[in-house]
Amino acid sequence: MRALCWVGADQLAVREVPDPELRNERDIIVRVRRSATCGADLPLLAGRDPLLRSGDVLGAEFLGEVVETGPGVRRHRSGDRVVVGAGVACGGCWYCRAGLHACCDNGSTEPASVDDGWGRSDAGCFGRPRAAGGFAGGHAEYVRVPYADVTAVRVPDVVGDDRALFAADAAPTGWLAAELGAVRPGDVVAVWGAGAVGQLAARAATLRGCARVVVVDRHEERLRMAERHTGAEPLNYRRTDVSAELRDHSGGRGPDVCVVAVGEPPARSVVDRFGARVGDRPDALREAVYACRKGGTVVVLGGTDGFVDAFPLGAVTDKRLTVRGARRPDLRDVPMLLDRMARDELRTEHLATHRLPLEEAPRGYALFRDRADGCVRAVFSP
Amino acid sequence: MGPMRRLTPVGTALGGSALAGAARVLRVPRRHGRSGADGDPAAAGRWEVVTVDRPPDQVLPGGRWPEPLRRLDGAVEVRVRPAPGDRGTELAARPLTGAAPTVGLAAHLVGDDPRHLVRRTLRQVKQRVETGEELRADRSALDRPEAGG
Repeated sequence: MRALCWVGADQLAVREVPDPELRNERDIIVRVRRSATCGADLPLLAGRDPLLRSGDVLGAEFLGEVVETGPGVRRHRSGDRVVVGAGVACGGCWYCRAGLHACCDNGSTEPASVDDGWGRSDAGCFGRPRAAGGFAGGHAEYVRVPYADVTAVRVPDVVGDDRALFAADAAPTGWLAAELGAVRPGDVVAVWGAGAVGQLAARAATLRGCARVVVVDRHEERLRMAERHTGAEPLNYRRTDVSAELRDHSGGRGPDVCVVAVGEPPARSVVDRFGARVGDRPDALREAVYACRKGGTVVVLGGTDGFVDAFPLGAVTDKRLTVRGARRPDLRDVPMLLDRMARDELRTEHLATHRLPLEEAPRGYALFRDRADGCVRAVFSP
Repeated sequence: MGPMRRLTPVGTALGGSALAGAARVLRVPRRHGRSGADGDPAAAGRWEVVTVDRPPDQVLPGGRWPEPLRRLDGAVEVRVRPAPGDRGTELAARPLTGAAPTVGLAAHLVGDDPRHLVRRTLRQVKQRVETGEELRADRSALDRPEAGG
């Protein structure tokens, strides 16, 4: 089959690779219909992960049709259209049973090998280095999906592929941000980052009844898109004093909930590529901590991967802030989000700014990486 | 001479026969002049622990060590006790100093620190008990060169 492979730093190629096969009883094989670029892919693309091997298949968000099922699969059968969560979770460990699928103890094939990274392994993930317990990604014609009864969710017939695709990761991540922030009716919410996750965090805050939501970014086209599709108020940090604007938007209090959804900053030096990055200044996070109201909540999403310096801990303690983080969403919200998509409460098609055949995926990633041509997400069809 | 066996302290959740089954031990020596990880001289004797989200009688059915822990029979001692907060079972193991060092493939995989093998084995036990099987990685083109392009 054809698949998008990482072949070196900033080098991708569509190659012929072996078809996937059932490896565990709870596996399914999915014929991919859509797959999307993801900000978490960019450090891999840049060659920052030393475990990535030439030929590894990328792609964490995808949707497709079940073509083969293992004997232990109960919820799916051939022909089902499913969206597959980016995280691989077993459904049987304490974390999964508590709804924390992203913390699954059994989602990795080499859990002990990755424990040392951040203290304990998290759930497995598609399109990540196999040596780190990952699985081949979804930018391919076919994908093996482990723990399919948990990891894959059937898509309602009324929800189209281009909408349902984002229920794999971006929409549940955005929803999780609002949930972690405990957004309530009447809240003022500020979101740093107007990419797909940021926009969907803003939309989630609105669906939870917030009074107003502000999105901060520097890309005008993304801000306009967020304003048009989520009802958020745009702030361009290159043109205005964000802190002053946020005070103005919140009666001088500061936002009740601040969400940092800026993704992974671009590599800044050759040293970065070898994982030795220290001293990144988390500018958006600092701004969020300073802006947040006393007793408020700061939610940090995704790709702030590594260490940061100059974190204003004093502001956290002085203002009694709650800081919460999440790299990946939990699978429990995916059915609910698909239902909201079916009811037209959640629309995501506009995020697919570039629809390309799989053969043009390297170009799609270049557009996505460089945020060129207004690219928010590139979506590929095998 | 076979591996030395003795009883070790274990939790109260298992009956007498279960205790006997869960208490086989063997010593594994450490190299001279080398301390444990991060300079901790006591590291070699530390327990590696996982919490398995199942009751003790499902983790060690009949008091017998489950696979793949059974393969370490005679190389480690095992401790099992209920986890607080209704979180299942705390399953712990540690290599004993003084036993034969790891050899062959095991030595290649874990170097001279047997705790890695113990930790990996405990995680595999946990995965088998909680999910019914060990999760296997995709086979890559390197595993199946005949199918590569």
